[in-house]
Amino acid sequence: MSPYEEVILDHWRNPRNKGRLADPDLVGVEVNPLCGDAVRLELKVAEGKVTDVRFDGEGCAISQAAASLLTELVKGRTLEELRTMGDEELLSALGGVIQTRLNCALLPLRALRRALQNSPA
Amino acid sequence: MIDVAKIRGDFPILGRLENGRPLVYLDSAATSQKPVQVLEAEARFYREHNANVRRGIYLLAHEATELYEAARRRVAKFLGAKPEEIVFTRGTTEALNLAAWALGETRLSPGDRILVTEMEHHANLLPWQEVARRRGAELLAIPITAEGELDLGALRRLLDGRTKVVAVTHVSNVLGTINPIPLIAEEAHRVGAVVVVDAAQSVPHMPVRVGELGVDVLAFSGHKMLGPTGIGVLWARAELLGAWPPLLTGGEMIREVWIERATWADPPARFEAGTPPIAQAVALGAAVEYLENLGMAAIQAHGRTLTAQALEGLLSRPYAEVYGPRDPEKRGALVAFNLKGIHPHDVATLLDQEGICIRAGHHCAQPLHRRLGLSASCRASFYLYNTEDEVEAFLAALDHAWEALR
Repeated sequence: MSPYEEVILDHWRNPRNKGRLADPDLVGVEVNPLCGDAVRLELKVAEGKVTDVRFDGEGCAISQAAASLLTELVKGRTLEELRTMGDEELLSALGGVIQTRLNCALLPLRALRRALQNSPA
Repeated sequence: MIDVAKIRGDFPILGRLENGRPLVYLDSAATSQKPVQVLEAEARFYREHNANVRRGIYLLAHEATELYEAARRRVAKFLGAKPEEIVFTRGTTEALNLAAWALGETRLSPGDRILVTEMEHHANLLPWQEVARRRGAELLAIPITAEGELDLGALRRLLDGRTKVVAVTHVSNVLGTINPIPLIAEEAHRVGAVVVVDAAQSVPHMPVRVGELGVDVLAFSGHKMLGPTGIGVLWARAELLGAWPPLLTGGEMIREVWIERATWADPPARFEAGTPPIAQAVALGAAVEYLENLGMAAIQAHGRTLTAQALEGLLSRPYAEVYGPRDPEKRGALVAFNLKGIHPHDVATLLDQEGICIRAGHHCAQPLHRRLGLSASCRASFYLYNTEDEVEAFLAALDHAWEALR
C-alpha cells in the first residue's frame, strides 16, 4: 500500500464540497495540535437526514482528502447512521491509511462527531 | 577526518531496515543513535557494579559512586569545567527549569528584565515565561534578521541595567544558526546580566569550552550526543551554584535534617535530590569518551560537509524553501525546509517510505515558526554516522515526494 493512494491524491487535488454553507444546522471543528491541521464540517439536515454538507480546513494531503471524501460519505445518510459510523468505513474508503498517519485521516471524522454532539435530535 | 564506515559498525540500529530499505536516520537533532560502547557501558554497570550512590558503606556502593563521579569528572573535562560545577539532571529541559527557578529566587525582582530570543526552543522559553510571571519581571525576545541570525543591534538596544538574565540558544534547532555566544556574553556582562546558554544542539556537534564561551550557565542532554535518555547536564559557575537554593528536595541533597528544617549539601549534590540516573550518567561518560576519541573538531567538520551538501541540493531545487543562514560555516549540522505548498507531514511520510527519517512539525519552536510565517517545517539533521550517500538519497527522495504530490 502506498501512503498516497490515488483516491487520496484525487481528493486532495480536487476537493469535493469545499467551502461554507449559508445556514448550516450542525457545525463541528477539530484541530490537531501536533501539526495544526484543521477541519470544519458543516451539515444541513432535513427530517433527520443530511441534505447538504461542506468542509473547510487546511493541512496535510491526508487530512484534507479524508475531509473531502467524508463529505461524500455523509450526504443522504441519517444522523442515526452517522452516529454509529466507525473509523473503518472512512479508512477503507481512503484505500487504507498507514499507521503513522491515522490521526490525520480521522481528524474529519472527529469533526463530524463533534457536529453530531450539537445535534438537536 | 572521521572514518564513517568504521563508525557505522558501532551502531547496531543502522543495520535495520525501514519499510524494506536501509535505515537513513536524519533526525539526530531530536535524538542520536547509540554506539555499542555506550550500550555496553550502561549494561555493564547494571551487570557488575549496580548499587545506590553516595550513602553505601559497602564496597559495591563505593564502586557505583566512584563510577558516577568519574562520569562527572569526564563531562567536566570535556567542557573545560570543574566537576563540582556539573549537575546531572534529566536533560536540558530540567536543567533550564532549575536555572530559571534558581535565578528567579536569587536574582530577579519586579521590573527586572529577562531577554530570550525569537529562535528559542520551548525549553529555553517557557521556564523564563514562568519565572517572569512569578517574579513580576519583564520577558522580551531579541528578534532575528531575515537571514535567520540574531539581530545584535536589537540586543544592544534591549540590554539595560534592568536586564538580569540573557537566555539564548547556542545553535538553533530549526534555523541551524550558530549564535555568537562570546560576543553576547560580553555585552550582557557589561550590564551585569547572567548568561544562560541552551547548548543541546552544540555540545554534541562541536568543541564547546565554557571558558571560551564566557557564559555563566550552560545546559545540554545526553541523548543527543550518543548517550542514553534521562540524563542531562547543567553547568553553572561555582559562585552561582553555591548561592542557589535547591529546586527538588529530599534524599541525598542535605547536610542536616530536623523535623522542621534542613540545611543543604554543597553543589552539585544539593541539586541532585533522590536517586540520580546512575547507569545513565556512567553511559554518558562512555559517550563523551567516544566523542573525544573521534575529536569534536573532526565531528564538526563532518557535519559541516553533509550540511553543505544538503544545503546546496536544497537551494538548487526551485520547489524547496530553506530557512536559516545560507553559509554552512554559520550553521550546526541541520537544515529546515519546506516543499512549496506541501505539508511537512506529507513529505516526512513519503521519505519514510524510502527508509529516510526526517522530522516534520514545529520542532518545539512555535514562536519562531510564527515569525517565519509557517505552521510547520521539515528538518533533516546529520551526525557522525551519516554519509554523503545518505544525503544524496535524501535529496532524491525529495524529488520523488515533489513529483508525487505537486
